[in-house]
Amino acid sequence: MAKIPKKQLETLGGTIVHNLPFPLDTSPEALVWLKKMAPIQIEQPYSIVYLHSYAQDSPWFAGLSNKKILANKDPETGYTYATPRGHDMYTGDETDWIDITERKAAVHAFTVCHFGSEAFLEETPYVLVLVKFEGVNTLLLSRLMGIDPEQATLDWIGMELKPQFLRNSKIKPTDVYFIPA
Amino acid sequence: MRPVYAISGGVSKFAKSRPDKSFQALVKEAYDYAIDDLGLSFPVFTDNVDGSVASYFSDHFSRQLMAAILAQDYLGLCPKPSHRVEGGGATGGLCFQEAWKSIASGHMDVVVAYGFETMSHVETWKGNEFIALASDVSFDYPVGGFYSGYYAMMVTRHMKEFGTTVEQMAHVSVKNHLNAFHNPYAQKRNRYTIQDVRDATMVAWPLTRLDICVMSDGAAATVLASEEGIKKLEKAGAKIPLPLVKVTGIGRGTDAMRMSDRPHVDFDDFIQNYATQQEKDSQETMKYYQDLWNHGTRYPGVHSFRAGRTAGNMAYKHAAIHDPLTELDFIELHDAYTSSEIQTYEDLGLCRYGEGGPFAASGKAFLPNIEYGLDLADEPVCPVNPSGGLIACGHPVGATGLMQAVFAIWQLQGSIHKHFKDKTLQVKDARKGAIHSHAGTGTYVTVSILEKE
Repeated sequence: MAKIPKKQLETLGGTIVHNLPFPLDTSPEALVWLKKMAPIQIEQPYSIVYLHSYAQDSPWFAGLSNKKILANKDPETGYTYATPRGHDMYTGDETDWIDITERKAAVHAFTVCHFGSEAFLEETPYVLVLVKFEGVNTLLLSRLMGIDPEQATLDWIGMELKPQFLRNSKIKPTDVYFIPA
Repeated sequence: MRPVYAISGGVSKFAKSRPDKSFQALVKEAYDYAIDDLGLSFPVFTDNVDGSVASYFSDHFSRQLMAAILAQDYLGLCPKPSHRVEGGGATGGLCFQEAWKSIASGHMDVVVAYGFETMSHVETWKGNEFIALASDVSFDYPVGGFYSGYYAMMVTRHMKEFGTTVEQMAHVSVKNHLNAFHNPYAQKRNRYTIQDVRDATMVAWPLTRLDICVMSDGAAATVLASEEGIKKLEKAGAKIPLPLVKVTGIGRGTDAMRMSDRPHVDFDDFIQNYATQQEKDSQETMKYYQDLWNHGTRYPGVHSFRAGRTAGNMAYKHAAIHDPLTELDFIELHDAYTSSEIQTYEDLGLCRYGEGGPFAASGKAFLPNIEYGLDLADEPVCPVNPSGGLIACGHPVGATGLMQAVFAIWQLQGSIHKHFKDKTLQVKDARKGAIHSHAGTGTYVTVSILEKE
């Protein structure tokens, strides 16, 4: 029969307490002081790994890994989405895949991020662009390299671009980025 | 539908961090104020309120699922009916409108709408990451992951399309920070110059720190009632603040989460589906828009908020407003960014699309009795964000839309002096105002019209 533990396991680590004052006297009069007490704040680490599915958009990522930019096109109207979309928002029909890698591309809008989310802080300053492809109705969010982020100018809008692909695909939308054409 | 009145409200102090109180206690701070303003005790109000709607944006910030029921419980409202609403930055506006629905439908007579956010529980950069999760996690977040970046992209397009300038955007910052100087609930109460705004740290070109609101902790609450509800509260001893404030218009709109998916519609589509009635009635404006389209403008693209225009048009129709600039005495709108305030001027029909920049610098959206230190060509017509807005008050997301409602109620009651201990921000003879709540890059937008009876 397994031994039933009587004592809670003691471990190192946990919350580091720098100071936790408390009245020596716990009479109701003394405890009134507690309403003036500063809040206790502790760290609560939280980490999680998701199993994320790209689902019906998966071919787009497979395309990037093979140095191809795919788009979705409504089979009837021809309305074309640069960012994948399994069904057309106007007809409701399932879209088809097409290859737009060789299409002319240009900056539609941009910014230079000097700050960012924690995950991207080390990459600052980085340039975000919404890319317009010739003959495609919607845009694609991407990164722009090959320009000086400290020299941002509205003249960048309209600049022709060409795609570049990571040699080591990460199966992320950043597998493609753009540089001036 | 039955008439609905917004009879009282309360706002907690907004601050970068409020570790002194849990989110439940923050809500109670605002809730108690709203009850007290009705002249009721906590138990008597509890006996007479029929239900509630709760508003908070993110489960991540508090790391607490079902946080709303903890607030409901803390307020002593169990077992009364309640539900939580969530729609990004528009959560508070949605909450206000859900409370309105409960009363307008005849389902309830007295409803409290409360909202909160405690964003200080993580570092700012982690908070930015949480907020950026309100963008497509397959296609947007992994590339940009930063909301200020998204809004900055929208404004670079607005600048390119319409000639909007960073100095015009800075006018919004100067106005809202200085308005806030007279609002004790605000946290950034400062006098700035255009140059100060431009010299501030660049966050996402061309937006500087002074173009952007701050993540905050805070809560707000409003009490809505039917005519029967008012009678019920009065019978219980309430002294409802007069004049009464009636909710006369409700509007909502939506747009695609991914900015990249937003359409670029042609002139006829724009006029038919998005132009305001006032715009349609003006031949000169029709020609103005035809010229814009001839030069390549398409709508909404990424420079305009189709959801905001849709919400505004719906609310104006409901409230029988034809010329919002002259018929509205003030607007509290969602200025998470100076640029989005300018974009919203256009969405709400205060000026035409493309004219938001000059409108911002004209003086029309300023208060008449404050010296801003700016050279403004026009007299104030419709003060926008007399409270200081999100830029100066802060943006605890779930509370913000309700904060706007509270400030609007006080403006229309003429009770700004009573609540702010300063009458500077009281809009003279305010009869009609609008509140506008806006979610991530313009996905959900609400507009509500409030009028003095």
